[in-house]
Amino acid sequence: MLHQLLSGDKPRSRILSAVLLLILFGLAFAPFLTSGARPLNTAATICVYIVLVASYDLLLGYTGIVSFAHTMFYGIGAYGIGLGLARVDEPTWSAALAGLGLALLLALALALVVGLFALRVRAIFYAMITLAVASSFAVLASQLSDFTGGEDGITFSVPELLSPGYQLLENEVLGRSIDGKLITYYIVFFGCLLLFLFLLRLVNSPFGRVLQAVRENEFRAEALGYRTMVYRIWANCFAALVAALAGALMALWLRYVGPKTSLGFEVMTDILLIVVIGGMGTMYGAVVGAALFIIAQNYLKELMAAGSSALEGVPLLANALHPDRWMLWLGVLFVLSIYFFPIGIVGKLRLRAYFARR
Amino acid sequence: MTMSASLPLAAADTALPAAKPDLAPLLLVPALMLAVLPLAGSFSTWVTLSVAGLAMGMMYFIMASGLTLVFGLMSVLNFGHGAFVSVGAFTATLVLLPMRGWLEMDSLLINLGVLGLAVLLAMIVTGLLGWFFERVIIMPVYGQHLKQILITMGGMIVAEQLIHVIWGAETIALPLPAALRGAILMGDAAIEKYRLVAVVVGIVVFVAMFLVLNRTKIGLLIRAGVENGEMVEALGYRIRRLFVAVFAAGSALAGLGGVMWGLYKETLSAAMGGEIMVMIFIVIIIGGLGSVGGCFIGALLMALVANYAGFLAPKLALVSNIILMIAILLWRPAGLYSTTRG
Repeated sequence: MLHQLLSGDKPRSRILSAVLLLILFGLAFAPFLTSGARPLNTAATICVYIVLVASYDLLLGYTGIVSFAHTMFYGIGAYGIGLGLARVDEPTWSAALAGLGLALLLALALALVVGLFALRVRAIFYAMITLAVASSFAVLASQLSDFTGGEDGITFSVPELLSPGYQLLENEVLGRSIDGKLITYYIVFFGCLLLFLFLLRLVNSPFGRVLQAVRENEFRAEALGYRTMVYRIWANCFAALVAALAGALMALWLRYVGPKTSLGFEVMTDILLIVVIGGMGTMYGAVVGAALFIIAQNYLKELMAAGSSALEGVPLLANALHPDRWMLWLGVLFVLSIYFFPIGIVGKLRLRAYFARR
Repeated sequence: MTMSASLPLAAADTALPAAKPDLAPLLLVPALMLAVLPLAGSFSTWVTLSVAGLAMGMMYFIMASGLTLVFGLMSVLNFGHGAFVSVGAFTATLVLLPMRGWLEMDSLLINLGVLGLAVLLAMIVTGLLGWFFERVIIMPVYGQHLKQILITMGGMIVAEQLIHVIWGAETIALPLPAALRGAILMGDAAIEKYRLVAVVVGIVVFVAMFLVLNRTKIGLLIRAGVENGEMVEALGYRIRRLFVAVFAAGSALAGLGGVMWGLYKETLSAAMGGEIMVMIFIVIIIGGLGSVGGCFIGALLMALVANYAGFLAPKLALVSNIILMIAILLWRPAGLYSTTRG
């Protein structure tokens, strides 16, 4: 059963298994383990980011495609739900589904076009073209303010079942009322779990094996008779669709979409950092990386603020420890990890376990 | 009759048949300008628009040229190139802000002197930074494109944050020197003075680059290296050393471009490098990776199209860059002038 759920791709390291179980447990019971809005928000963000990063890893880690357009697809999904629900007077499920459907179609079409157009060229070229396309898309979204709400984005209301005022049960369960927010959280959680298991299935299928072959040696894969272009385009489409779904879940959770939270280049750098630090080419890397990153983002800043005020007198160092500068340290960590730690946390753990077994 | 003359193939003074010059891309810029002339309404509007576009294009070119040369020479694409633009602009404030009084004086010579000092400092700092960047960040990852992209992205993030650490998080206002403010009237056409300066600087940089590349031995080696680096190395030249020099020079040019871009926008933010990066990439994609001439034409085309589109069809201007890029790539999939590696 477990073997089939994980598509035969077990963690293969005792420490990694423990960490993954801890994360799964923590996310599954987050509403009951913690109280207040912030920890739950963190948990939901982790869920969505796991899927977003895992779908990016399908491109970067498994196929060796460097794309900077991943946030574009993420944003399309988010705006699909947002616009779908904001356009109608009464937020209904059908409006949300219609918006999502249109978003998925648009994401698929764009992924196909970008893929067909640019995947024929080499990695560097593709990276540049996707960067250009994605940034134009972000500009477009923030400039067409009549349609998308511009820089401010749009807030919208969700179907009644998901709204915070809704109570499913009279009584509290385990000291927590079963309200719309909780239901939304579990939709996000199980949606993300399903998407993640789907991605795991995908990369461990024959299709996924071909992708890895393309990454390792495209020429040889082609010589074996695989039409590598077709595989790369499919990988691009799958990644785009999953990213769009992740965006949709995020929008549902936040009840808001805006260019900053869904299309901004910061999101793209976050994804890149998480993939590399977690471990490229391992779906579990996305889980560990996202959990670490989001928790650090939410809680490390406070630590840095303390450090910064402790060093008040020292001119540059106090600035460097300012909570807004946490990306500085993450960037340094990122560069160092590419040199000394290119397989990431998960890769390292698996390698250690492998040598320990021998 | 000498021996050599009797050998039919040994005539040393017979030139190789010249390669057919590829002129079509050269005509694009004038063709575009002429095509817009009837649409612009009046001649003076057209002049204003064109000069503004050319000035912007020159700035793009200055920022992009180093990147494309580096790519052609060592097949390294520096995603952190935009950081040099920001660093250059911010370094210039070290001169321009304390000497603000001198900039307010109504003397072109003093204004330009201070500006020149700022540019010099910016270029030295960005050149050194480029040298350091190459040594520390890029050297360990030669030949690995994926790692290059990731690691230079990381370098860009760190550099951007360091700017925040040193100069603070707020945007900095950078007013133009007094003598360069305002516009001059040519007939009916109003032309901003600073744009003329940008055009002049751009032309100077382009001509200097052209001369260095085509009339000096170093230029010969660089061009040969772009065409086939291994061959140049096999002939006994240290292409590594050449590359470091080109990298530093390219970074310095990015710094110069950054100062000009900062003065043009009149405000500096650490994110400006990341924003301009997209433009730079489109320019070098259009031009053909590794080609300086293509980069020049690409930069002018892009700025002109953006400028004309902004005037004629403002909604379209948002995506004019992408449309131009797609159109060019449909015509020539490897850019206007493709080098062997492009």
